Amino acid sequence: MSHHSLEVRDLTVSYRRIPAIHHLDFSVPCGQSVAVLGPNGAGKSTLLKAIAGLVDLESGGVLFHGKRMSGASQEFAYLPQREMVDWDFPTTVRGVVEMGRYLSLRWWKRFSTSDEAAVESALESMQLTPLQDRQISALSGGQQQRVFLARALAQEAHVLLLDEPFTGLDQPSMESLREVLRTLRSQGKLLLISHHDLSSVQDTFDRVILLNGELIADGPVKETFTRQNLERTYGMRVFSGLSHGLPI
Amino acid sequence: MDFLFEPFQHAFMQRALVACVVIGFLNGFLGAFVVLRRMALMADSLSHSLLPGLAVGVLLFNLAPLGLFVGALSAALMVALGAQILARGSRVKEDTALGVLYTVAFSAGVVLLHFVKVRVSLMHYLFGNILGVSNQDLWVGYGVALAVLPLLVALERPLQLLLFDPAVARSQGIRTGLLNVVLVVALVLTMVSSLQAVGVILLLGLLISPAATVYLLCDSFPVMLWGGGVLGMIGAVTGLWLSYWIGVPSGACIVLVLGAFFCLAYLFSPRYGYIPQLIKSRHFHEESLARWNDHGHGH
Repeated sequence: MSHHSLEVRDLTVSYRRIPAIHHLDFSVPCGQSVAVLGPNGAGKSTLLKAIAGLVDLESGGVLFHGKRMSGASQEFAYLPQREMVDWDFPTTVRGVVEMGRYLSLRWWKRFSTSDEAAVESALESMQLTPLQDRQISALSGGQQQRVFLARALAQEAHVLLLDEPFTGLDQPSMESLREVLRTLRSQGKLLLISHHDLSSVQDTFDRVILLNGELIADGPVKETFTRQNLERTYGMRVFSGLSHGLPI
Repeated sequence: MDFLFEPFQHAFMQRALVACVVIGFLNGFLGAFVVLRRMALMADSLSHSLLPGLAVGVLLFNLAPLGLFVGALSAALMVALGAQILARGSRVKEDTALGVLYTVAFSAGVVLLHFVKVRVSLMHYLFGNILGVSNQDLWVGYGVALAVLPLLVALERPLQLLLFDPAVARSQGIRTGLLNVVLVVALVLTMVSSLQAVGVILLLGLLISPAATVYLLCDSFPVMLWGGGVLGMIGAVTGLWLSYWIGVPSGACIVLVLGAFFCLAYLFSPRYGYIPQLIKSRHFHEESLARWNDHGHGH
């Protein structure tokens, strides 16, 4: 289990000394698509950010392939919520995908043929080649999400951390995003996806992580995505608010 | 042709021309970062906070350019830093903190200049005078350009990531806090070097108008940087030339020329201009109406 898996051990993250996630312990194998579920404020985004190295950890850590991760890593790609990005930024689809190479390239080196090849194949596999010269605001929500994925592919990341990728997409875009995620999973990528639409969990994911400040349950959808577990996840008040007497 | 070149036969106009080229380019180049990072208010605050630094510089070092330079630089950095500290330590947001601090700093500057023994006019610092640019001022301009431009060019990729997607920048190991500081220092240095030419009030126009214009014309980050620089340079030189013939203050004339460029881009930019978009939407409307009629609905 320790190889080809992502392990989270005793992970605690606090904002202004109030814990958002609390002593999380779980492990997920690669080549799976995992839903991170929980009510608002349960720490779904915080968990993804913690794994991506975006927030300071109060305790614990993240192991990938048995190796402890700290700070930035080419193996992990964080895909922010779509509204976190300035879509009027003067760049094209290709420009964003090229940003995926910046980490491995260092900032002063020129693009090599292998960088170009990585960008080409990322565009190709996300079906963005015909759109590559388009300004990014002239894309649909689903296409924007695929641009983020293509950037992660160009980075050659193995763990993709997606923050609410389905939010605001229409039905056909959701279906095509689901298809794309299936393809990535079959290529051995590990997908950790924060999600709030419980009705689509069974069609989309292999595993779930049920979160409410602390870990309620994790495991394969069939065994873990049960009414009882969901009631335990959504039925009580959010951990951080509850134990600190804050209004919710 | 004489009409074009006659103004530049005078030594003071030649110096002014060189100053326009250097600071026009520098400001236009840096403007891209200000526009994309939405730092316009921050930039305006910083430019106004140069004033008390100048006043202290005059009080302590008389009119020595280096003294003024250091004074202005430290005043602006103090306001920038102070706003950060205020915003972090209380519920007041950064724009409010900046607003409070820079108006206080500006007023302190006005009061301090009142006590200055040397005869300096407040108007001079508010609106600048590019015709009064000295050789020393030019050296400050060269120095700042040589320090700032190569640095920003070298940092182009991390800066682009920071501007587009700060979270991903951090997840790729870019030290965004440090990069922000670099940006603010570059900004303040550029402002200080442009002070003599356009003054604290008009600085912002020279800084962001060229970048805002190019932003309406292109979809490429490098083009926005270099294009902004070139446009800033062209605007500054044109403004200087016009001001000579019309006989009006040069700083204001430069900002007016840059403003005219912006208006043209706003109206006529092929992709993002007001008029092309109006025509395009009408075109779409007619097209869909035609389709509707073709399907036999139009009777």
